[in-house]
Amino acid sequence: MELRRTVKFEADRDPEFVRWISQTVGGEKIRHCLQCGLCSGTCPLSLYMDYTPRRLMLLSREGFKEEVLGSASIWLCTSCYACMVECPKEINITHVMYALKERAIAEGRYPKRFAIPVMAEQFSRMVRREGRITESWLILKVFLRTAIWRLLGMSSLGWKLFRTGRMGLGKERIAARKDIAVLLDSVATTRKELAL
Amino acid sequence: MKYAYYPGCSLKGTGRAYEESLLAMFRALDIELEEIRDWNCCGATTYMSVDELICYALAARNLALAAREHLDIIAPCAACYLVLNKTQRYIRDYPKIKLVVERALGQIGLTYSEAVRVRHPLEVLLNDVGLRAITERALRPLKGLKVAPYYGCQIVRPYATFDDQHNPTSMDRVLAACGAKIVHYPLKTRCCGGSQKGTLPEIGLDLIRYLLSEAKKNGAEVIATVCPLCQFNLECFQRECGNGQPISMPILYFSQLVAWAMGAPARTIGIQRGLVPVESLLAEREIAYA
Repeated sequence: MELRRTVKFEADRDPEFVRWISQTVGGEKIRHCLQCGLCSGTCPLSLYMDYTPRRLMLLSREGFKEEVLGSASIWLCTSCYACMVECPKEINITHVMYALKERAIAEGRYPKRFAIPVMAEQFSRMVRREGRITESWLILKVFLRTAIWRLLGMSSLGWKLFRTGRMGLGKERIAARKDIAVLLDSVATTRKELAL
Repeated sequence: MKYAYYPGCSLKGTGRAYEESLLAMFRALDIELEEIRDWNCCGATTYMSVDELICYALAARNLALAAREHLDIIAPCAACYLVLNKTQRYIRDYPKIKLVVERALGQIGLTYSEAVRVRHPLEVLLNDVGLRAITERALRPLKGLKVAPYYGCQIVRPYATFDDQHNPTSMDRVLAACGAKIVHYPLKTRCCGGSQKGTLPEIGLDLIRYLLSEAKKNGAEVIATVCPLCQFNLECFQRECGNGQPISMPILYFSQLVAWAMGAPARTIGIQRGLVPVESLLAEREIAYA
């Protein structure tokens, strides 16, 4: 039997994390949170979450980094902005979710073969290389890296979409692909310079 | 009237019918759309949620391209519409973001301009065309076809740019002007799960099931959408959704219904690209099917 202390000491909290979250775009007002719970009430995904949005707001601003970055909730957010519209303190909750996701990816904290970060990675690669997304290739690449077996189950849908001309093997790409690379590199450089 | 047109990636793929019907609809209204030359992906929710700065720069390139033509942008895809709008707001509100974007655009010989307006086709129909003109052009009215208007998330949230965030009615009014009967649909802005159907299938399916069964329960014959991802989600998984009893509900773009009412032949507005047949439904109601 493994025994663990279930109550946190003040010293267990991570002050760096608190500073970071309140400086992210959208996280500026996180200290204003009233804990009213409107965000959790309106969130269509909260019924599947380990920590609801209300709890995530509290945990983040108090520096419970492990709990927050290890939470499944940050991956469940579909970015529907319902919470943000309801929040009486106008906290940009969706953006806080983005910041947490970004940080979890940067620290490599997600289950292996987990589809959401894989999709993000493949998506960004395709944009860099082609300038546009071709849905069929994106889906194929994500499933090959996460859940090959599910491709079989999807073959009949794939065929229907192919037959109706909604999916093909051709790739969408723009002429100014070089510009996209320059654009992305410039963002990376400025970000480093300004430590954003 | 003339607008710059930003289709976005989905309208060249799974949402092809949206593009076809949108172009037909605006043609019928004598409105010219000029596709932005060599536009790029806006970054969508996928990029936005993991690297916002890059997403702003990607979106800003399209805004800068449209600014050169001095035209308002029409962005039919809900995700593109939101990303372009959001980019403008964040560049305005955060000087640091502005600096990053302006510098990046400068490197490829473009300048950012605040002057471009990003507009949704529904808003253009309501404010620039007007309901009366729509009714006048609707030579083949929908004869009380029962439609549940589904707005999804990203055209009404987080910014109420042209409609109410809790109970939007722009699509209701446009479709009613074409002769449709609007079905009460309280889930009209509930999220369809977006890409969750691909990444967390069980949860995605739950969300889709609510939306479909609520529309069915309220007597809808068709659901009308404004977003390629909503359309895809609602249409493609009806068999899995039904718990043994498949739900059958055609999911059309609002522009397909409008263009249809304006007399566009079915093949030119992508009716044949649907996976749930809608032809018999229209034949039943004696809406001429060309």
